[in-house]
Amino acid sequence: MANTATVDELGHSPAVRGKNYLNQTAGVWSWLTTVDHKRIGIMYLVSVLVGFGLGGIFALLVRLELLTAKKTIMDASQYNQAFTLHGAAMVFLFIIPSIPASLGNFFLPLMIGAKDVAFPRLNLLSLYLYWIGAIFMLAAIVTGGVDTGWTFYVPYASGVSTTSVISATFGVFVMGFSSILTGLNFIVTLHKLRAPGMSWYRMPLFLWSLYATSIIQVLATPVLGITLLLLIFERAFHIGIFDPTLGGDPVLFQHFFWFYSHPAVYIMILPGMGVATEILATNSQRRVFGYKAIAFSSVAIALVSFLVWGHHMFVSGQSELSSAIFSFLTFFVAIPSGVKMFNWLGTLWGGSIRFTVPMLYGIAFLFLFAIGGLTGLFLGMLSVDLHLHDTYFVVAHFHYVMMGSTAIAFFGGLHHWWPKMTGKMYDENLARVGFALTFIGFNWTFFTQFILGTRGMPRRYYNYLDQFQPLHAFSTYGSWVLGTGFLITFICLARSLKTGAPAPADPWGGATLEWKTASPPITENFEKAPIVTLDAYERPAEETA
Amino acid sequence: MTFDPIDLGSFWMPKQSSTIAQEIDTAYYIVYWLDVVMFFGLMVPLAWFMYRYRRRTAKDKVSDITHSTTLEITWTIIPSLLVIGLFFVGLSGWMKAMVAPGNALEIRTTAEMYMWTFTYPNGNVSVNELVVPKGQPVKLIMSSKDVLHSFFVPEFRVKQDVVPGTYTTVWFEATENRDTILFCTEYCGVGHSDMLARVRVMDKADYDNWQETGLMPGEKPLPPAELGKKLYATRSCNTCHSLDGSRIQGPTFKGIFGRTEQIADGSSVKVDENYIRESLLEPNKKVVSGYPAVMPTYKGLLKETDIDALIAYLKTVQ
Repeated sequence: MANTATVDELGHSPAVRGKNYLNQTAGVWSWLTTVDHKRIGIMYLVSVLVGFGLGGIFALLVRLELLTAKKTIMDASQYNQAFTLHGAAMVFLFIIPSIPASLGNFFLPLMIGAKDVAFPRLNLLSLYLYWIGAIFMLAAIVTGGVDTGWTFYVPYASGVSTTSVISATFGVFVMGFSSILTGLNFIVTLHKLRAPGMSWYRMPLFLWSLYATSIIQVLATPVLGITLLLLIFERAFHIGIFDPTLGGDPVLFQHFFWFYSHPAVYIMILPGMGVATEILATNSQRRVFGYKAIAFSSVAIALVSFLVWGHHMFVSGQSELSSAIFSFLTFFVAIPSGVKMFNWLGTLWGGSIRFTVPMLYGIAFLFLFAIGGLTGLFLGMLSVDLHLHDTYFVVAHFHYVMMGSTAIAFFGGLHHWWPKMTGKMYDENLARVGFALTFIGFNWTFFTQFILGTRGMPRRYYNYLDQFQPLHAFSTYGSWVLGTGFLITFICLARSLKTGAPAPADPWGGATLEWKTASPPITENFEKAPIVTLDAYERPAEETA
Repeated sequence: MTFDPIDLGSFWMPKQSSTIAQEIDTAYYIVYWLDVVMFFGLMVPLAWFMYRYRRRTAKDKVSDITHSTTLEITWTIIPSLLVIGLFFVGLSGWMKAMVAPGNALEIRTTAEMYMWTFTYPNGNVSVNELVVPKGQPVKLIMSSKDVLHSFFVPEFRVKQDVVPGTYTTVWFEATENRDTILFCTEYCGVGHSDMLARVRVMDKADYDNWQETGLMPGEKPLPPAELGKKLYATRSCNTCHSLDGSRIQGPTFKGIFGRTEQIADGSSVKVDENYIRESLLEPNKKVVSGYPAVMPTYKGLLKETDIDALIAYLKTVQ
């Protein structure tokens, strides 16, 4: 797309041969004080993968405990902590920062032909805030754990639980600022630092999704911050906002909480949609079908996301009229999501599809997101939600969206951009094995839970009825396959760092700017600022022949 | 639980044991089949494109069509109409679930960590066991003593959070003469998954008989002393009066019959049949010295046979 004729050569120019952002300077200090968005992205990447590993271990423990209907390996309070920490680690340590802060940080400036984000020091600050928040969360784990569920519902979290609720919520509060600052940085960067010729409609669609995500981060996260601060005050000083014995209202907490946490669902899924778009476009060697439809549907999802939080509360005791309005609005999230789905298929139509490892993840994303999205329709329907609310059906649904879609897109993106980030190719066959086990294990584990849910199995149950045991055991076996898949993927990627072949600048035949510079890129990204003359995903005439 | 708690009615759903279940299941199957059609509507083209447009050479000719306004409008409008339809299907069933019929039997329901207490119109109380008549609408007026809980009976397809500091309601009309299970479905702490109750559905006559005599269908009347022992627990005498001599809120029942008690006004009274009867019906007339006058009257709540049974039981507590 950026055909400035010279960029390709400049990426490999003798002046910079052998020097890149990884080896420009050395030592731990040079990393901890860096303002290079690529290094910050890499540090985020390592951090969110640690968070994912932590959340994953708790997930496997939860599934193992559920192998039998009564006690398997832990007691009820340990189980309650395990599912709380699984949720909290996966949501706050992994999935919210996952794609934006790691892949987004690394590739947003590259994709618009910029040298860095608009505020590089602020970028480093947001990484430090993430780490500080994570330390508070980890401190909560070692000083008594947390057993409130990741939703911190009151009055249990404000008055009854004896665990380290304050430390955990304060950690989330601090991490919220990290999220806000990253969002702010991205918005300003996209507005101000696009290369000459890079109009809004020439931006890769990943960036549109990050833009929409950033808007939500900046607007919604402060509400979470305020809510958690009020919860901390309620717990420490009994101020009477949420606790009915002090004159407060526990349902108010749910409104505040979901006012952030529903839009946060789109903080999680929108970047995944963006990554999937890049993967599908690159590997079908064709311009994205319905560019503007996909771009505007991201913005539409961001806007509608603020108006649907009450669908988490159909049975909470909120007014019937509120529930009806929220149900109606909720269905309109389905429309832009559907539009994206159709346009992704349109992008494959008439393409030249190459089944690289990232493409396998991209196709898996389409399959899993279809299931995740379509099962949401059950829950949006008021009457059906009466039966399914807070059952394993909900657990299965949001795992298809959060993990089946976002995490799969994240790992797809990791495989897509790994050669660019590290300068190494991975063993594609091993990566395929890791992918296959992940995909099979995921469906095995979570499709089973749809059946458990419709049959009436409630969430967050330590003991359960014997009649649910066979399905629970089946789901647990699936989690072992899933865990093995991820383990193989990690081994595959880690091994490539040592033994992988050097990556070319453009291993997949990409049409976006990041492929026009060396792998790994030089510290300045491009030796000379690129000038963009082609539309998004448009290839120069001689390339497409 | 020793009974089969949830009967399956189909592969997906439990048996339909309430009047509203069928409408909710119909809504479920409407979206289920719509989803199946849409899923294959997306996946079949996906599979076909993956096969048809797989890369053959590095120089494959690719389509240069980048958009189609007609298609975009089509796949915006049609799904919009479909989901608006779904909204109304969901709304219709839900309106029925939200509005209890006027003749509903009201049962006061209290949730606390980790038990359910049901208080029936005549003052009867049952714990972790909800007894309802078949074929009559039942409305629960619910509140929580501590944290959030939620009332969920899978076979009835009803769910409603139980919130401290406010009342929430749920109603259903049971259609099957059988027992099923009630779950707490809002996480409430370490005993959350044990906060279960048995729902016993019986014919109206059996329900009335249970209310009258405390006898479940098939149970024989108890001898007075045993009925009294049961009433001692079910009518909550045990919250204030111990059997082992320890002091709770009121005097212990250990060896009470025939004992001479000091009354607050200085006189004394021998505990006999008449004093027990009087204490049940007018408890604050002769309060034993040193105890607060807090006992509620059981006038209208105990039948003559109940009073006789309690007296017979107290004679046995030594």
